[in-house]
Amino acid sequence: MRWLTQIGEWFDHRLQLAAPIRDAAEHRVPRNASSWFYVFGSAALTVFMLQIVTGILLALIYVPSASEAWSSLQALNHDVALGWFIRAMHGWGSNFMVAIVLIHMVQVFLFGAYKFPRELTWIIGVFLLLMTLGMAFSGQVLRFDQDAYWGLGIGASIASRVPIAGPMIVKLMLGGPIIAGATLSRFFALHVFVIPGMLIGFVCLHVLMVLKLGINEWPMPGRLVKRATYEREYHELTKKDGEPFVPDAIWKDMFFAAFILIAVAACAIYFGPFGPSGQPDPTVIQTAPKPDYFFLWLYALLSLLPPSMETPALLIGPVVAIIGLLLLPFLSGEGEKSWKRRPIAVLTVLLIAITLGTFTHLAGFTPWSPHMSAWSGDPVPDRILHGTTALQRQGALVFQVKQCRNCHSLGDLGGQRGPALDNVAVRLTPDQLIRQVIQGGGNMPAYGKNLSPAETTALVSFLETLHPEGQSPAREAALREGGMQP
Amino acid sequence: MSDENLISRRGLFTKIGVLFNGLVAVAIAVPIVRFLLSSITRGRGNAYLSWVSLGRTSEFPEGETRLATFRNPYVMPTDGKTVDTACWVRRIEGDQFQVFAINCAHLGCPVRWFAQSGLFMCPCHGGAYYRDGSRASGPPERGLFEYPNKVENGLITIQAGELPTPGASAALIGKNPPCAG
Repeated sequence: MRWLTQIGEWFDHRLQLAAPIRDAAEHRVPRNASSWFYVFGSAALTVFMLQIVTGILLALIYVPSASEAWSSLQALNHDVALGWFIRAMHGWGSNFMVAIVLIHMVQVFLFGAYKFPRELTWIIGVFLLLMTLGMAFSGQVLRFDQDAYWGLGIGASIASRVPIAGPMIVKLMLGGPIIAGATLSRFFALHVFVIPGMLIGFVCLHVLMVLKLGINEWPMPGRLVKRATYEREYHELTKKDGEPFVPDAIWKDMFFAAFILIAVAACAIYFGPFGPSGQPDPTVIQTAPKPDYFFLWLYALLSLLPPSMETPALLIGPVVAIIGLLLLPFLSGEGEKSWKRRPIAVLTVLLIAITLGTFTHLAGFTPWSPHMSAWSGDPVPDRILHGTTALQRQGALVFQVKQCRNCHSLGDLGGQRGPALDNVAVRLTPDQLIRQVIQGGGNMPAYGKNLSPAETTALVSFLETLHPEGQSPAREAALREGGMQP
Repeated sequence: MSDENLISRRGLFTKIGVLFNGLVAVAIAVPIVRFLLSSITRGRGNAYLSWVSLGRTSEFPEGETRLATFRNPYVMPTDGKTVDTACWVRRIEGDQFQVFAINCAHLGCPVRWFAQSGLFMCPCHGGAYYRDGSRASGPPERGLFEYPNKVENGLITIQAGELPTPGASAALIGKNPPCAG
């Protein structure tokens, strides 16, 4: 083995890297920072490295051309040995990376690790989060299928709303007047060269600062951060109650990193690769595009915001959020670190998590979208038609044929865009029903021009039957005394 | 003259070197920036737009709305199918046409026509439009984008070439919502 040592020494005499690497590896960390809560940063780095490796492997086959990309993905899925597995690892790795980066950020926030002197580490971390999301979106574009095509259209529509510069930003983003070959090529350049290059640089800075400034000590309630004394206290802590990172503190990071890699591989094997869905052919319009998991909340938000608030929210919201994140370490750079004494911090995290979670959940079943095939696919339940007159049945037919069903459900079948109509007769009188059908209103289109008087009469007489058994339909209060029937 | 104000030969050359590199950097930056912005500059003055045919008018029955496709006038060799574009053609009567972009005026998803209810519906966020393209309900702030059209020699042609987006549709006719009430 002596010759091995000699070769090593020969190299190190020229490179002179062994000493600084040993110093970095063996730097002392507070014993209490060796916690299972402190493993997410290294896990994010591990998944990032997995993404680099699997990304390079995919690039061996993938063709970044609008005419070839989709078929090269099919070849990866079906023709190339284990191509499906590498695609699945890269796709699941992307989901894991976004998730781990977010968890890492929440942990850093709740443990006060962004406070003095680690402000810049946090700021670079914010940029790393943005780049990770940029990678997730551009990666979705490279999976050049229907969702990617229409997703780009949504991106362009959002970008076009920037005042004055909007049209130019759209052309810059698309690389031309429409979503086409140049669009895919520039997203390929972003996803493979530009953003990863920046990511590698920023990750190096981020890790370097963790080494130079030391890992955040376990926050103790009541132990406040003060600019004047913190660094001296930290230094004393690592001296008094510290241990070398390698070999004493690194084992939890290693275990968790390995566990995450196994989890990615398990998901890849069990669930397989993502798509591609249909070909990116804009003449095929029978499609309901949806973004990937981490942008679903945005999809829901865009459906639920009032139209007038949408553009300001889209253009100002992200800027405010990013500025808020960047300013955080300057607004509370000192003081309490422990989440046990920072109730507003905990509530903020909970509020954001619940909001994003709720939007993501809603985007799973899109109650705001019409069900395009409900009118022809979902039948009127038997019990509703039982014992009805010919006119009422004619109305049920009108109800189906005029696609009312795409937005209104009966017996839990049909669209949820408008209210369910199972009990509509209790809510609206015949006159109100006629007015609602003909004039629309309250987010319902007016059907006056598309219904003949006979169809309207039949439809309303059918809607009149929609009330619970034993409960009479709503009537005009003024008519009740006279006992007139509608 | 004190020593601090003396400029040595090497110091002077260093300064000239910095200046020289700065000049070269600017000179190289000009073509780089022009290359990067070429997709914008090329389209100046509606240069991306031209008149394209959707077929014979006889293919579009009066009073009906039909799907038509056309090839985008600006094509690159690697575009594949993406330059094929769909649009909705409504023949009102005679040579009176309305041609709507397939893209929802909200965020660009493909709208579908439902002849029975006379509505265009969007599958993404639930926008709906009447047969004349005006807004019926949902999140869109305006009606469908409309391509300028004309009939020549029995062919219906439209002026197209750019992706219609809510903020940027100089060549497309804006549709205001119908009068309330």
